[in-house]
Amino acid sequence: MLSNVVRVSLIGLVKLLIGAHPRWIEAAPDLRQTPAQSIYFTNHSSHLDTWALWVALPAVMRARTRPVAAKDYWGNGVIKPFIALKVLNAVLIEREVSRHRDPLAPLLAALAEGDSLIIFPEGTRRAQAEPGNFKGGLFHLAEAFPAVKLVPVYLDTLHRSMPKGSWLPVPLICTVRFGSAMALQANEHKKVFLNRAREAILKLI
Amino acid sequence: MANFLLNLDPNHQFYCLVGGVAILLLIASSIGWVLKSRLNQQPNPSEKSRKTIDNLVVRVNAWWVMLAVLVVAFLGGTLGTVILFGAISYFALREFITLTPTRTGDHRTLSLAFFLLIPLQYYLIYIEWYALFTILIPVYAFLLMPCISVLAQDTEHFLERAAKIQWGVMIAIYCISHAPALLLLKIPNYDGHNTLLLFYFLLIVQLSDVLQYVFGNLFGKTKVAPIVSPNKTLEGLIGGGLSAVCVGALLWWITPFTPLQSAGMAAVIVIMGFLGGLVMSAIKRSLGAKDWGNMIEGHGGMLDRMDSVSFAAPIFFHLVRYFFTA
Repeated sequence: MLSNVVRVSLIGLVKLLIGAHPRWIEAAPDLRQTPAQSIYFTNHSSHLDTWALWVALPAVMRARTRPVAAKDYWGNGVIKPFIALKVLNAVLIEREVSRHRDPLAPLLAALAEGDSLIIFPEGTRRAQAEPGNFKGGLFHLAEAFPAVKLVPVYLDTLHRSMPKGSWLPVPLICTVRFGSAMALQANEHKKVFLNRAREAILKLI
Repeated sequence: MANFLLNLDPNHQFYCLVGGVAILLLIASSIGWVLKSRLNQQPNPSEKSRKTIDNLVVRVNAWWVMLAVLVVAFLGGTLGTVILFGAISYFALREFITLTPTRTGDHRTLSLAFFLLIPLQYYLIYIEWYALFTILIPVYAFLLMPCISVLAQDTEHFLERAAKIQWGVMIAIYCISHAPALLLLKIPNYDGHNTLLLFYFLLIVQLSDVLQYVFGNLFGKTKVAPIVSPNKTLEGLIGGGLSAVCVGALLWWITPFTPLQSAGMAAVIVIMGFLGGLVMSAIKRSLGAKDWGNMIEGHGGMLDRMDSVSFAAPIFFHLVRYFFTA
């Protein structure tokens, strides 16, 4: 109940602040059919990124889409875990690499349950909109779940709305551009694939 | 008839006006329905006329929503009106700054423009502090915004960035705020009627836009400014403008003006609105966009609807203040 109220208010607030209008490069998804399981991967430049992409998704798709967030940030206190786990239904991951556990394990588990994911393959926020080099996570997920669609997404104004280090946003209209889905090709080398994925986002600029 | 309307109390005059606009919209909606069903009966309707009619229907629907929002705000009194225009300024500025290339060094300035300047400017209208209302942005914001930006020590395109932000703030906040500022004018023998003056102003601006569009579509041949705004035609301007002036004259009974004065005021509003549309269109194009946004379906963004308001409001405000207040 409380989480639903907070969710609706936060969605309203995000729209008031940054619009978060979706634009589909191909035909918009047919909402009468069960949405295809997807991994949305996008450029990362602000704390608003997750919100923009999540709000831009149609409600039925949003309900099965889980943002991936850092446990060290979202796991502390009372409010942040409530928002991450109850409102966003996020998958929390460890940012520090440990030798004993696979950091991707929670993501693989979510994919196995049929959920879609929102991930930032760069791993960290940048000052510019253009994405930097991708880390290997996207490749490993694609390898483990070849049937899941990989959808590149470009967020156009958020590096200006809330650059790293700022605490007050500037309300600018963000258009969330969804590109055409791609897939890992047979025997594709990790570096080649990650470059291709990054190019797919750059093409949306 | 005129005497009857003149002697109604302001509330009833307000309802008469809203009723009148609703009847106009009802006619427009019916025309849309008739055109649409006629088109559907044709064996192979052309894509162009389908698009024009669909756009007409969408536009009229958006007008219904805008009328409803306006009436609700007006029923909320000065506070409701000030909040509505504050929101309009917020969305207009959001569209302007989205298209304006700014840099990280402007971040704090921009946050303050949205979250401090807008509430402050409208609060000044609410508490009727006229003197500070007129200088807050042209004096204080003009000087202090670049002072905040300069602290970031980014000299790249500094003048261009500062100038563009100031333009956005002037148009989206300062100029638009002169429409609700009509409420703070003290006009002799017009106490309690100021909302009607605001309604009159908005009606003439928007009607002039709509009629110019209609006359332009029906009779338009000669383009006035094909490069800046290909849709504006001389026929549209003259036909739409003159009709709006006539409506202005006929509405003299809700204003402090005589019929002739009312026609003159309407003419000023029409001309400033037209020129404002041209200037804002040129700015939009120089920023590389066709529409300011997509907030109001069929119309484009908030600024596409408010461009003429922003240019006409300050001039109308000051004419009324100079000639009609004590």
